[in-house]
Amino acid sequence: MGYTLNFAAVWRGLEQLLQGLALSLALAIAAILIGAVLGLALAFALKSKSPWFNRPATVYVTIIRNLPILVLILFAYFALPQMGIALGKIESFVATLAIYSTAYLAEVFRAGLQTIPRGLTEAGLAIGLTNGQIRRSIIIPLMLRNALPSLSSTLISLFKDTSLAAAISVPELTFEARKINVETFRVIETWIVASMLYVATCSVIAALLRIVERRLAIPR
Amino acid sequence: MSVLLEIQGLHKRFDATEVLKGVDCSVAQGEVVSIIGSSGSGKTTLLRCINMLEDFQDGRILLDGEEIGYDTRDGRRRRKPEREIARQRALTGMAFQQFNLFPHLTAAGNVMLGLIKTKRMAKEAAHQLALHWLERVGLADRADRYPGQLSGGQQQRVAIARAIAMQPKLMLFDEVTSALDPELVGEVLQVIKGLAADGMTMILVTHEMRFAFEVSSRVIFMNGGVIGEEGDPKTMFVAPKTERLAEFLKTSSFN
Repeated sequence: MGYTLNFAAVWRGLEQLLQGLALSLALAIAAILIGAVLGLALAFALKSKSPWFNRPATVYVTIIRNLPILVLILFAYFALPQMGIALGKIESFVATLAIYSTAYLAEVFRAGLQTIPRGLTEAGLAIGLTNGQIRRSIIIPLMLRNALPSLSSTLISLFKDTSLAAAISVPELTFEARKINVETFRVIETWIVASMLYVATCSVIAALLRIVERRLAIPR
Repeated sequence: MSVLLEIQGLHKRFDATEVLKGVDCSVAQGEVVSIIGSSGSGKTTLLRCINMLEDFQDGRILLDGEEIGYDTRDGRRRRKPEREIARQRALTGMAFQQFNLFPHLTAAGNVMLGLIKTKRMAKEAAHQLALHWLERVGLADRADRYPGQLSGGQQQRVAIARAIAMQPKLMLFDEVTSALDPELVGEVLQVIKGLAADGMTMILVTHEMRFAFEVSSRVIFMNGGVIGEEGDPKTMFVAPKTERLAEFLKTSSFN
C-alpha cells in the first residue's frame, strides 16, 4: 500500500480537534436543552385528548421525523435568509438541531408517559393537587425514569448529529478534522483520531446517563 | 345529627349511556354508609362524582352546605374553576381499589405530598404528621419503604393514611379490598373499623357484604343507576323489601 501511519501531524492538531469537540458538545447541549423543554410540552400535546393540541403536535413530529436533518440544516442556513430570517452559522445550526431534537425527544417522553396509570393522576386530584402540581410532582418524575433508557440513545444520536454542522462550516469536531486532513494529508490518521474522540465522548455520555438511571431507580 | 352530604337529582352520562338516573340521598355527620349493588349499577360512579373525579350533567352535590363542582348563575350551570375544584376535592379523602400510591415516593413521602402541596405545610411538620398517620394505620416502621417494597394490604393502608392525613370531612372508599389477596383483607378492614369508631363520616363502595353489615350505620343498594333500596343493615340484609335486593343478596357472598 505504501502508506506509513504517522500521527505526529495529527497530534500537533489535537488542540484544534479538542476545541472542535468542545464546540460539538456545546452545540448539542444548547439544542438538547431547548429541545427538552419544547419536547416535553409537545409530548403532553401528543397525549392530549383535544384535537387542538394533538393534531398540530402529530403533524410537527411527523414532518420533522421524515426530513433528513442535513436538509433541515441547509434549508435553515441557505433558504431562510432568502425569506428574511438570517442567522449566524452557529445560531442557525443550534436552532435547527433544537427543532429536530424537539420532535425526537417528544416521542421519547410520550412513550414514557404512556405507561403511567391514570389512577396516579386521580390519586393526586383526590388529595387536592392541581393538574400542574400532578404533572410536576408525579407525572414528569415517573416519565423521566421510564424514558431514561431510550433517552440515552436519543441524546447520543443528537450529539453525533452535530457533525453535520460541518456542512455549513461550523468549526466543530468534524469540520476541524477535515481542515487538518487537508492541511496535513494524513487522511487515515486524522479520521481515526476524530472517530476515537466521538466514540470516547459517546461512551462518557452513556456512562453518565447510566449513573443517573441508577440514582433515580425506585427501590423495590 | 347534622347533614354533611346532600345529593339531589344526580344524573351522569357517559356519552349516550346514562349511568346515574337521578340519585337523591344524604349522609349525616358520623354516618358510615355502604353502597352495594352489582357491577354497572352506578355505585362507583356515584362515589367518584362526590369528589369530581367524574363530571356530572345534572343535579347538585352539597358538602357541608357547599355546592361541589358547579355553579349555577342566571340559570346557567358552569363547572367551577380548576383551582376551586382542587380545593373542594381536598375536603373529601379517597381510597382506591388499586391503591394508586405514587411509586417514586416512600410511604411517608406519599402521605406528605398533599400536606406540602395542598396544605402548604413545611416539610418537617408534614413529615411528623405523616409518621403520626402511618402509625395510626400500623405502619410507623414502614415509613421509609417504597410502595414496591410493601404488600398489597400495607400499600392500601398507606393510601388510607395519605387520604386521612388531609383531615377530610368525608372519606370515600372505592372497593378498597377487591384487589387484595384474601389474607390481606382483614388488616385493611380493621383500619376502616378504627376510623368508624373515631367518628369519621364514610361512604364505602364494597363487595364485602359481611363487612358492610358489621360496620355500616346505613346501606344503600344501587340498581340500574338509581337507589333501589336503603335502610339499616339489619333490615336490608335480613329482610330485603325489594325483589331486586333479595336477588342480589342471594348471588353475593353474604349468607
